[in-house]
Amino acid sequence: MINNFTHKQSAHCESGVVSNLLRFHGMDFDEPMVFGIGSGLFFSYLPFIRINGIPAVGYRIWPGQIFKRFSKRIGIKIETRKFSKPSTAMDELDRKLDQGQPTGMLTSVFYLNYLPAAYRFHFNAHNIIVFGKQNGHYLVSDPVMEYTTEISYEDLMRARFAKGMPEPSGRMYYPVKLPGEYAVEKAIWKGISQTSDHMTRIPMPLVGAKGMKYLASRLRQWPQRLGNRKAILWLGNVIRMQEEIGTGGAGFRFIHAAFLEQAGIKLNNDRLLTLSKDLTKSGDELRDFAYYAGRVCKNRKSDTKSFTELGDLLEACSNREQRIFTELYEVSKSQ
Amino acid sequence: MNKEQVPQDQENLNEGKLAKLYYATDEQGHYVKVNSIGWEPETVAMQQAWDVVHGEVQEALRKIRAGSASPLLYYIKKNIMTPSLVASYAGTFGFLVKLHCRPFFFRRLRRKTLEKYAYTFRITVDELIDAERLKQYDQ
Repeated sequence: MINNFTHKQSAHCESGVVSNLLRFHGMDFDEPMVFGIGSGLFFSYLPFIRINGIPAVGYRIWPGQIFKRFSKRIGIKIETRKFSKPSTAMDELDRKLDQGQPTGMLTSVFYLNYLPAAYRFHFNAHNIIVFGKQNGHYLVSDPVMEYTTEISYEDLMRARFAKGMPEPSGRMYYPVKLPGEYAVEKAIWKGISQTSDHMTRIPMPLVGAKGMKYLASRLRQWPQRLGNRKAILWLGNVIRMQEEIGTGGAGFRFIHAAFLEQAGIKLNNDRLLTLSKDLTKSGDELRDFAYYAGRVCKNRKSDTKSFTELGDLLEACSNREQRIFTELYEVSKSQ
Repeated sequence: MNKEQVPQDQENLNEGKLAKLYYATDEQGHYVKVNSIGWEPETVAMQQAWDVVHGEVQEALRKIRAGSASPLLYYIKKNIMTPSLVASYAGTFGFLVKLHCRPFFFRRLRRKTLEKYAYTFRITVDELIDAERLKQYDQ
C-alpha cells in the first residue's frame, strides 16, 4: 500500500484523477485548474448518435481529452497502456503498485459496487485511481467519492474489461516524466482560448453555444414529433447527462467559473473575474432549466407550452454563453 | 449558485453512500467546495431511467410466463444490456443472442455456451436455465 497518497474529492472524475495523481507526485493543481487548462467545457448535441434510442447530449468534451490536453500543456509525459488479456492487466497493475506508483484507470461504473445502485448504468468512461492492495482488495480513490474505498479483484477486473462503447480494454495510466519547470500562465491562456474557440467558433450547428440553441429549437417540437412518453424520456436524458456521475452541465459551468476565478487571481486579470461571475449566472440558468425540466418529467405531462418555455430557457443560456465565450476569446487573443 | 442554495434533498437515490461535490460561491462571491446529498431533478431523471428498465424486466417476465421467451431475455434486461452487448461479452453474435432469447433455441444450447452467458451475468448455469423460478416472480 502506498502511504503518502492523499485523496481529495472532486466534482468531475477525469479532472479529479489528474489532480490527485499529480498531487502525489508533488505538483499541486486544484481540480478547476486541471479542468480549465485541459479545456473540459463544451456542449454537443449529436442526434445521429443514439444511446438506447435517445440522442446523445454532452455538456463537456469527450472522455480522455482533458487529460491529454492538460498533460501536453504542462509538459507531463504520461504512459498509457491497454491490454487484451484481463489477467495480464491485473498483474501489471500489481507490479505498478509494488513499485509505489498509484495508477489511474478507465472503468465501467456498472461494476463499481461501492457506488449507489442507482448510478450503476453501463457507463464505460469513469476514471479512478488504484493506490494499494490490502487483503486481496484494491484500495480505490474514486474522485467523486468523499473517502477512499476498496474493491475486489473480480469486480475491478470486470470493470476494467467492460464491453460496449467505449471499451476500456484495461487502460491504465501514470505519469513517467514531470517537467522541472512549466509555464502555468501560458497553459492557462491556452486552455481559455481553446475552450472559448470551441464554444463559439466551430462552424457547425450542433456544437458549442450554437448547439444549445439548436437543441432548444428541436426540444420545442418534441411533444408533437415524439408523443408524450418519448418526449418526457428524451427530456429526462437531457437532465441526466447534465447531472450524471461527475456532475454535468451546470456543474461543469461552475467548475469552469471557479477556474476563471483562480486564473483571474493568478494572472491579476479583472476581466476574467467578471466573466467568471457571468458564467456562474449561466450555470444558475442551466440549473433552473434542469429544475423545470425535472418538474415536467415528474408530472409526466408534455404539454407544448412547457416544452416551448424550456426551449426559451435553453436559448437564453445559449445566447449568454455565446457572449461570454466570445469575450473570453478576445481576452485570450489580446494576450 | 450560493453555497446556501446547494441542494440537500432528503429524497434521493444515493443510499447515503454518495455526497457529490459542488462548486458554489460564498458571501463574497468566491468559489468554495460544498457537498450535496441529493437534488430533486436529478433524482427524478434517474428514477425515470430506472422505471424504463424495470418496465422492460416486467415485460420479459411476462413473456417467460407466456412461454414465448427464455430466461436469457430476463437476465439481459435485468443487467440493462442489449443482445449485441451480451454478444461481445460472451464472444458471439448479436443475432444469435436474439435467437437464444426464444425457448426453442435456448433449450438446445450446449453447456459451454450456457456457461459463457452465466459468466456474463455472474450467475451459475443452474440459475440461468431455471425458468420455473422466474415464473414464480410476482408481477
